[in-house]
Amino acid sequence: MRISVNYQDNVLYLRLSGELDEHSATYARREADRLAEGYAGSDSAVFDLRDVSFMDSTGIGFLIGRYKKFRQFGVPTYLTNPTQSTDKILSMSGVYTLMPKI
Amino acid sequence: MDNYMRLEILAKGENESFARSAVAAFALSLNPSLSELSDIKTAVSEAVTNSVVHAYKRGEEERKIVIECRICGGELHIEITDYGCGIDDVERAQTPFYTTLSGEERSGMGFTIMQTFMDGFSLQSTRGKGTRVAMMKRIGEEEKKERVHA
Repeated sequence: MRISVNYQDNVLYLRLSGELDEHSATYARREADRLAEGYAGSDSAVFDLRDVSFMDSTGIGFLIGRYKKFRQFGVPTYLTNPTQSTDKILSMSGVYTLMPKI
Repeated sequence: MDNYMRLEILAKGENESFARSAVAAFALSLNPSLSELSDIKTAVSEAVTNSVVHAYKRGEEERKIVIECRICGGELHIEITDYGCGIDDVERAQTPFYTTLSGEERSGMGFTIMQTFMDGFSLQSTRGKGTRVAMMKRIGEEEKKERVHA
């Protein structure tokens, strides 16, 4: 799992790529939280999921955890470009009610 | 039974990706759709992750997970067994969003995903002996549905 960053017009874009499971989540969590702190003044943060090749329920826990982390800094979070299988998991778990799909 | 495989792995995080990919590779002979394959990988990942995270205490030896797959007709049957601590309350464990590790960002959705993504699911657990998840996926169902609706 890799996270690449793009900061545009006060919006932080976090593009995740690779597999997000229990094993890879530890690194992703640390990296995303470091970015949340570094870009605490952002208007919003957008997780771009187009390159996530696999996600299981660990991904749900990961995203809800990041929603909480960014919320500490008053930064709303959004999700974009989920693949079909990622979208299935995110829809059934209700993550979109916290982090709307844009 | 048309085909069979048995995989024995150490219960560690690195093997989660290997386990789901191995089962997916075994299922290929059934010519599954991408979405069926993704359902299978996700369900296997949930079961294996449960064994890695919950079944074995740190430092314990014999951290084994056994994965058995059978192909019968158009059905893929998967059994995932660990020999760990077992589940105290099997019914409660299957409640959506329930987790015994709430401090660790666990979603509590593992069993719900296995039940939703597969066509058959059962869970057996004995305290101190281990846990077995049995799942079944019918391959080609989506196509049939599409044909019916066409």
